[in-house]
Amino acid sequence: MKTKRKALKAAFSMTIPVMTGYLVLGAGFGILMSSKGLAIGWSVLMSAAVFAGSLQYVSVSILTAAFNPLYALILALMINARHLFYGLSMLEKYAGTGRLKPYLVFGLTDETFSLLVSGTKKDDVDSRWFSFFVTLLGHVYWILGSTIGAFAGAVVRFDTKGLDFVLTALFVVIFLDQWRYGKHHIAAIIGIAATILGLFVFGQTNFMIPSLLLILGLITIFRKTIDKGEGEPQ
Amino acid sequence: MTSLQMFATIALLTVGTVATRSIPFLLFPAHRETPTYIRYLGRVLPRAVIGLLVVYCLKGIAPLEYPYGMPELIAIAVIVALHFWKRNSLLSIGAGTIVYMILVQQVFL
Repeated sequence: MKTKRKALKAAFSMTIPVMTGYLVLGAGFGILMSSKGLAIGWSVLMSAAVFAGSLQYVSVSILTAAFNPLYALILALMINARHLFYGLSMLEKYAGTGRLKPYLVFGLTDETFSLLVSGTKKDDVDSRWFSFFVTLLGHVYWILGSTIGAFAGAVVRFDTKGLDFVLTALFVVIFLDQWRYGKHHIAAIIGIAATILGLFVFGQTNFMIPSLLLILGLITIFRKTIDKGEGEPQ
Repeated sequence: MTSLQMFATIALLTVGTVATRSIPFLLFPAHRETPTYIRYLGRVLPRAVIGLLVVYCLKGIAPLEYPYGMPELIAIAVIVALHFWKRNSLLSIGAGTIVYMILVQQVFL
Protein backbone atom coordinates (compact mmCIF):
# COMPACT_ATOMS: atom_id res chain seq x y z
CA MET A 1 0.00 0.00 0.00
CA LYS A 2 2.79 2.35 0.98
CA THR A 3 4.56 1.69 -2.33
CA LYS A 4 1.44 2.66 -4.25
CA ARG A 5 0.78 5.81 -2.25
CA LYS A 6 4.38 6.92 -2.71
CA ALA A 7 4.16 6.27 -6.48
CA LEU A 8 0.85 8.17 -6.69
CA LYS A 9 2.34 11.15 -4.88
CA ALA A 10 5.40 11.23 -7.13
CA ALA A 11 3.21 10.81 -10.22
CA PHE A 12 0.89 13.60 -9.13
CA SER A 13 3.58 16.23 -8.67
CA MET A 14 5.19 15.26 -11.97
CA THR A 15 1.88 15.41 -13.88
CA ILE A 16 0.91 18.94 -12.80
CA PRO A 17 1.87 20.46 -16.18
CA VAL A 18 0.01 17.64 -17.92
CA MET A 19 -3.02 18.32 -15.70
CA THR A 20 -3.07 21.95 -16.79
CA GLY A 21 -2.60 21.06 -20.45
CA TYR A 22 -5.13 18.23 -20.49
CA LEU A 23 -7.81 20.18 -18.63
CA VAL A 24 -7.49 23.03 -21.13
CA LEU A 25 -7.18 20.92 -24.26
CA GLY A 26 -9.80 18.46 -23.01
CA ALA A 27 -12.16 21.36 -22.34
CA GLY A 28 -11.43 22.70 -25.81
CA PHE A 29 -12.42 19.35 -27.24
CA GLY A 30 -15.63 19.22 -25.19
CA ILE A 31 -16.54 22.76 -26.28
CA LEU A 32 -15.93 21.86 -29.92
CA MET A 33 -18.09 18.73 -29.63
CA SER A 34 -20.91 20.68 -27.97
CA SER A 35 -20.74 23.42 -30.59
CA LYS A 36 -21.41 20.74 -33.23
CA GLY A 37 -24.49 19.64 -31.31
CA LEU A 38 -23.00 16.41 -30.00
CA ALA A 39 -24.22 15.32 -26.56
CA ILE A 40 -21.88 15.34 -23.53
CA GLY A 41 -21.86 11.53 -23.42
CA TRP A 42 -20.05 11.39 -26.77
CA SER A 43 -17.29 13.71 -25.55
CA VAL A 44 -16.80 11.64 -22.42
CA LEU A 45 -16.86 8.36 -24.36
CA MET A 46 -14.35 9.66 -26.91
CA SER A 47 -11.92 10.87 -24.26
CA ALA A 48 -12.24 7.68 -22.22
CA ALA A 49 -11.88 5.29 -25.17
CA VAL A 50 -9.71 7.05 -27.77
CA PHE A 51 -7.51 9.11 -25.39
CA ALA A 52 -5.54 10.81 -28.19
CA GLY A 53 -5.63 14.61 -28.31
CA SER A 54 -4.98 15.65 -31.88
CA LEU A 55 -6.94 12.72 -33.31
CA GLN A 56 -10.00 13.59 -31.24
CA TYR A 57 -9.92 17.19 -32.45
CA VAL A 58 -9.73 16.06 -36.06
CA SER A 59 -12.44 13.44 -35.53
CA VAL A 60 -15.10 15.96 -34.53
CA SER A 61 -15.61 16.66 -38.21
CA ILE A 62 -15.99 12.99 -39.14
CA LEU A 63 -18.55 12.44 -36.39
CA THR A 64 -20.69 15.12 -37.98
CA ALA A 65 -20.19 13.88 -41.56
CA ALA A 66 -21.46 10.80 -43.42
CA PHE A 67 -20.56 7.41 -41.88
CA ASN A 68 -17.14 6.32 -43.14
CA PRO A 69 -15.61 3.71 -40.81
CA LEU A 70 -12.57 2.94 -42.98
CA TYR A 71 -11.62 6.60 -43.09
CA ALA A 72 -11.87 6.77 -39.29
CA LEU A 73 -9.48 3.84 -38.95
CA ILE A 74 -6.95 5.18 -41.49
CA LEU A 75 -7.09 8.63 -39.89
CA ALA A 76 -6.34 7.14 -36.47
CA LEU A 77 -3.40 5.14 -37.84
CA MET A 78 -1.96 8.11 -39.73
CA ILE A 79 -2.26 10.73 -37.01
CA ASN A 80 -0.98 8.42 -34.28
CA ALA A 81 1.84 6.80 -36.28
CA ARG A 82 4.38 8.51 -33.98
CA HIS A 83 3.14 6.28 -31.15
CA LEU A 84 4.92 3.36 -32.83
CA PHE A 85 8.16 5.00 -31.72
CA TYR A 86 6.92 5.32 -28.15
CA GLY A 87 6.18 1.61 -28.00
CA LEU A 88 9.65 0.80 -29.32
CA SER A 89 11.15 3.03 -26.63
CA MET A 90 9.12 1.47 -23.83
CA LEU A 91 9.67 -2.22 -24.66
CA GLU A 92 12.17 -2.71 -21.86
CA LYS A 93 10.60 -0.36 -19.33
CA TYR A 94 7.20 -2.04 -19.66
CA ALA A 95 8.59 -5.59 -19.85
CA GLY A 96 8.02 -6.40 -16.17
CA THR A 97 4.74 -4.60 -15.63
CA GLY A 98 2.52 -7.71 -15.71
CA ARG A 99 -1.21 -7.08 -15.45
CA LEU A 100 -0.73 -3.32 -15.62
CA LYS A 101 0.78 -3.59 -19.10
CA PRO A 102 -2.38 -3.50 -21.27
CA TYR A 103 -3.49 -0.28 -19.61
CA LEU A 104 0.00 1.26 -19.78
CA VAL A 105 0.13 0.51 -23.51
CA PHE A 106 -3.41 1.83 -24.05
CA GLY A 107 -2.52 5.12 -22.34
CA LEU A 108 0.83 5.74 -24.01
CA THR A 109 0.17 9.34 -25.09
CA ASP A 110 2.75 11.98 -26.05
CA GLU A 111 2.73 13.26 -22.49
CA THR A 112 2.84 9.90 -20.68
CA PHE A 113 5.71 8.86 -22.92
CA SER A 114 7.61 12.12 -22.41
CA LEU A 115 7.30 12.05 -18.63
CA LEU A 116 8.31 8.41 -18.39
CA VAL A 117 11.37 8.65 -20.65
CA SER A 118 12.53 11.89 -19.03
CA GLY A 119 13.76 9.67 -16.21
CA THR A 120 13.46 12.24 -13.44
CA LYS A 121 11.64 9.88 -11.09
CA LYS A 122 13.34 9.38 -7.72
CA ASP A 123 15.01 5.99 -7.21
CA ASP A 124 12.95 4.96 -4.20
CA VAL A 125 9.66 5.21 -6.12
CA ASP A 126 8.37 1.94 -7.62
CA SER A 127 8.73 2.28 -11.38
CA ARG A 128 5.78 0.03 -12.25
CA TRP A 129 3.21 1.86 -10.12
CA PHE A 130 4.69 5.21 -11.00
CA SER A 131 4.14 4.49 -14.71
CA PHE A 132 0.61 3.33 -13.93
CA PHE A 133 -0.32 6.46 -11.98
CA VAL A 134 1.23 8.81 -14.53
CA THR A 135 -0.96 7.10 -17.17
CA LEU A 136 -4.08 6.97 -15.00
CA LEU A 137 -3.86 10.59 -13.82
CA GLY A 138 -3.41 11.75 -17.42
CA HIS A 139 -6.47 9.76 -18.44
CA VAL A 140 -8.53 11.21 -15.57
CA TYR A 141 -7.46 14.81 -16.34
CA TRP A 142 -8.30 14.31 -19.99
CA ILE A 143 -11.79 12.90 -19.33
CA LEU A 144 -12.44 15.55 -16.69
CA GLY A 145 -11.38 18.36 -19.03
CA SER A 146 -13.62 17.06 -21.82
CA THR A 147 -16.57 16.77 -19.47
CA ILE A 148 -16.11 20.30 -18.12
CA GLY A 149 -15.75 21.64 -21.67
CA ALA A 150 -18.81 19.83 -22.90
CA PHE A 151 -20.85 21.23 -19.98
CA ALA A 152 -19.49 24.74 -20.17
CA GLY A 153 -20.09 24.98 -23.91
CA ALA A 154 -18.82 28.25 -25.28
CA VAL A 155 -19.11 30.04 -21.92
CA VAL A 156 -15.59 30.28 -20.53
CA ARG A 157 -15.02 32.54 -17.57
CA PHE A 158 -11.41 33.60 -17.98
CA ASP A 159 -9.37 34.05 -21.10
CA THR A 160 -7.50 30.77 -21.52
CA LYS A 161 -5.97 31.79 -24.83
CA GLY A 162 -2.41 30.52 -24.91
CA LEU A 163 -2.77 28.23 -21.89
CA ASP A 164 -2.37 25.18 -24.12
CA PHE A 165 1.25 26.31 -24.56
CA VAL A 166 1.86 24.48 -21.28
CA LEU A 167 2.35 21.22 -23.20
CA THR A 168 4.84 22.83 -25.59
CA ALA A 169 6.66 24.14 -22.52
CA LEU A 170 6.67 20.65 -21.03
CA PHE A 171 8.26 19.16 -24.16
CA VAL A 172 10.84 21.96 -24.31
CA VAL A 173 11.84 21.31 -20.69
CA ILE A 174 12.12 17.56 -21.25
CA PHE A 175 14.19 18.28 -24.36
CA LEU A 176 16.53 20.49 -22.32
CA ASP A 177 16.87 17.83 -19.60
CA GLN A 178 17.74 15.19 -22.17
CA TRP A 179 20.16 17.59 -23.80
CA ARG A 180 21.95 18.18 -20.52
CA TYR A 181 22.23 14.52 -19.57
CA GLY A 182 23.07 13.12 -23.03
CA LYS A 183 26.72 12.49 -23.84
CA HIS A 184 26.20 13.95 -27.29
CA HIS A 185 23.32 15.44 -29.13
CA ILE A 186 23.14 13.79 -32.55
CA ALA A 187 19.77 12.11 -31.91
CA ALA A 188 18.23 15.29 -30.49
CA ILE A 189 19.46 17.34 -33.46
CA ILE A 190 18.16 14.69 -35.89
CA GLY A 191 14.73 14.87 -34.22
CA ILE A 192 14.48 18.64 -34.57
CA ALA A 193 16.09 18.97 -38.01
CA ALA A 194 14.26 16.07 -39.67
CA THR A 195 10.90 17.32 -38.42
CA ILE A 196 11.52 20.90 -39.55
CA LEU A 197 12.63 19.60 -42.95
CA GLY A 198 9.52 17.41 -43.19
CA LEU A 199 7.35 20.36 -42.23
CA PHE A 200 8.87 22.57 -44.94
CA VAL A 201 8.72 19.96 -47.69
CA PHE A 202 5.38 18.28 -46.96
CA GLY A 203 3.43 21.00 -45.14
CA GLN A 204 1.50 21.12 -41.90
CA THR A 205 -0.99 18.34 -42.60
CA ASN A 206 1.28 15.69 -44.13
CA PHE A 207 4.71 16.05 -42.53
CA MET A 208 4.44 13.56 -39.69
CA ILE A 209 5.02 10.26 -41.51
CA PRO A 210 7.86 11.52 -43.79
CA SER A 211 9.52 13.08 -40.72
CA LEU A 212 9.24 9.84 -38.73
CA LEU A 213 10.76 7.87 -41.63
CA LEU A 214 13.56 10.42 -42.01
CA ILE A 215 14.35 10.20 -38.28
CA LEU A 216 14.40 6.41 -38.47
CA GLY A 217 16.68 6.50 -41.52
CA LEU A 218 19.15 9.00 -40.06
CA ILE A 219 19.30 7.25 -36.71
CA THR A 220 20.04 3.99 -38.52
CA ILE A 221 22.74 5.58 -40.71
CA PHE A 222 24.46 7.22 -37.74
CA ARG A 223 24.16 4.15 -35.51
CA LYS A 224 27.91 3.66 -35.05
CA THR A 225 28.55 7.27 -34.04
CA ILE A 226 25.51 7.49 -31.77
CA ASP A 227 26.12 4.12 -30.11
CA LYS A 228 29.69 5.10 -29.26
CA GLY A 229 28.52 8.23 -27.48
CA GLU A 230 25.53 6.71 -25.72
CA GLY A 231 27.64 3.99 -24.13
CA GLU A 232 25.82 1.45 -21.99
CA PRO A 233 22.03 1.26 -22.22
CA GLN A 234 20.37 3.15 -19.37
CA MET B 1 -25.10 9.51 -38.40
CA THR B 2 -27.11 7.17 -36.19
CA SER B 3 -25.99 6.40 -32.64
CA LEU B 4 -24.85 2.96 -33.75
CA GLN B 5 -22.71 4.50 -36.50
CA MET B 6 -21.27 6.94 -33.96
CA PHE B 7 -20.33 4.03 -31.69
CA ALA B 8 -18.74 2.21 -34.63
CA THR B 9 -16.73 5.31 -35.63
CA ILE B 10 -15.46 5.84 -32.08
CA ALA B 11 -14.64 2.12 -31.83
CA LEU B 12 -12.52 2.31 -34.99
CA LEU B 13 -10.74 5.47 -33.81
CA THR B 14 -9.95 3.53 -30.64
CA VAL B 15 -8.77 0.45 -32.54
CA GLY B 16 -6.48 2.56 -34.74
CA THR B 17 -4.99 4.37 -31.75
CA VAL B 18 -4.51 1.21 -29.70
CA ALA B 19 -2.86 -0.40 -32.75
CA THR B 20 -0.22 2.34 -33.05
CA ARG B 21 0.51 2.07 -29.33
CA SER B 22 0.58 -1.74 -29.08
CA ILE B 23 2.13 -2.99 -32.34
CA PRO B 24 5.75 -2.71 -31.06
CA PHE B 25 4.83 -4.74 -27.97
CA LEU B 26 3.13 -7.41 -30.08
CA LEU B 27 6.04 -7.61 -32.54
CA PHE B 28 8.66 -7.80 -29.79
CA PRO B 29 7.12 -9.63 -26.83
CA ALA B 30 8.92 -9.44 -23.48
CA HIS B 31 9.54 -13.20 -23.25
CA ARG B 32 11.63 -13.23 -26.43
CA GLU B 33 15.04 -11.62 -26.92
CA THR B 34 14.58 -8.24 -28.62
CA PRO B 35 16.96 -7.73 -31.61
CA THR B 36 19.87 -5.40 -30.78
CA TYR B 37 18.84 -2.98 -33.53
CA ILE B 38 15.39 -2.59 -31.96
CA ARG B 39 16.95 -2.14 -28.52
CA TYR B 40 19.19 0.53 -30.03
CA LEU B 41 16.11 2.30 -31.45
CA GLY B 42 14.38 2.09 -28.08
CA ARG B 43 17.37 3.75 -26.48
CA VAL B 44 17.92 6.51 -29.01
CA LEU B 45 14.44 7.31 -30.35
CA PRO B 46 13.22 9.12 -27.21
CA ARG B 47 15.91 11.75 -27.70
CA ALA B 48 14.85 12.31 -31.29
CA VAL B 49 11.12 12.05 -30.69
CA ILE B 50 11.03 14.73 -27.98
CA GLY B 51 12.58 17.06 -30.57
CA LEU B 52 9.88 16.00 -33.00
CA LEU B 53 7.18 16.79 -30.42
CA VAL B 54 8.58 20.27 -29.82
CA VAL B 55 8.44 21.03 -33.55
CA TYR B 56 5.02 19.35 -33.79
CA CYS B 57 3.66 21.75 -31.16
CA LEU B 58 5.05 24.72 -33.08
CA LYS B 59 3.87 23.62 -36.52
CA GLY B 60 1.17 26.31 -36.65
CA ILE B 61 3.68 29.18 -36.66
CA ALA B 62 3.73 31.29 -39.83
CA PRO B 63 7.24 32.83 -39.80
CA LEU B 64 6.45 35.30 -42.58
CA GLU B 65 3.22 36.65 -41.12
CA TYR B 66 2.60 38.83 -38.08
CA PRO B 67 3.56 38.07 -35.27
CA TYR B 68 6.29 36.00 -37.00
CA GLY B 69 6.32 33.35 -34.29
CA MET B 70 7.60 35.92 -31.80
CA PRO B 71 5.40 34.82 -28.85
CA GLU B 72 6.63 31.24 -29.16
CA LEU B 73 10.26 32.30 -29.65
CA ILE B 74 10.25 34.62 -26.63
CA ALA B 75 8.44 32.14 -24.38
CA ILE B 76 10.86 29.35 -25.32
CA ALA B 77 13.84 31.66 -24.72
CA VAL B 78 12.45 32.37 -21.24
CA ILE B 79 12.05 28.62 -20.60
CA VAL B 80 15.59 27.82 -21.76
CA ALA B 81 17.18 30.62 -19.71
CA LEU B 82 15.15 29.85 -16.60
CA HIS B 83 15.72 26.13 -16.88
CA PHE B 84 19.49 26.44 -17.17
CA TRP B 85 19.49 28.90 -14.30
CA LYS B 86 17.10 27.33 -11.76
CA ARG B 87 16.72 23.76 -13.09
CA ASN B 88 13.19 23.59 -11.75
CA SER B 89 10.85 22.00 -14.30
CA LEU B 90 7.58 23.30 -12.89
CA LEU B 91 8.96 26.82 -12.59
CA SER B 92 10.25 26.80 -16.19
CA ILE B 93 6.99 25.40 -17.56
CA GLY B 94 4.78 27.70 -15.48
CA ALA B 95 6.72 30.88 -16.19
CA GLY B 96 7.05 30.05 -19.90
CA THR B 97 3.31 29.48 -20.19
CA ILE B 98 2.40 32.68 -18.35
CA VAL B 99 4.81 34.70 -20.52
CA TYR B 100 3.26 33.14 -23.63
CA MET B 101 -0.30 33.91 -22.45
CA ILE B 102 0.58 37.54 -21.73
CA LEU B 103 2.24 37.84 -25.15
CA VAL B 104 -0.69 36.42 -27.13
CA GLN B 105 -3.37 38.16 -25.05
CA GLN B 106 -1.82 41.59 -24.43
CA VAL B 107 1.23 42.24 -26.57
CA PHE B 108 0.92 40.67 -30.02
CA LEU B 109 -2.67 41.51 -30.90
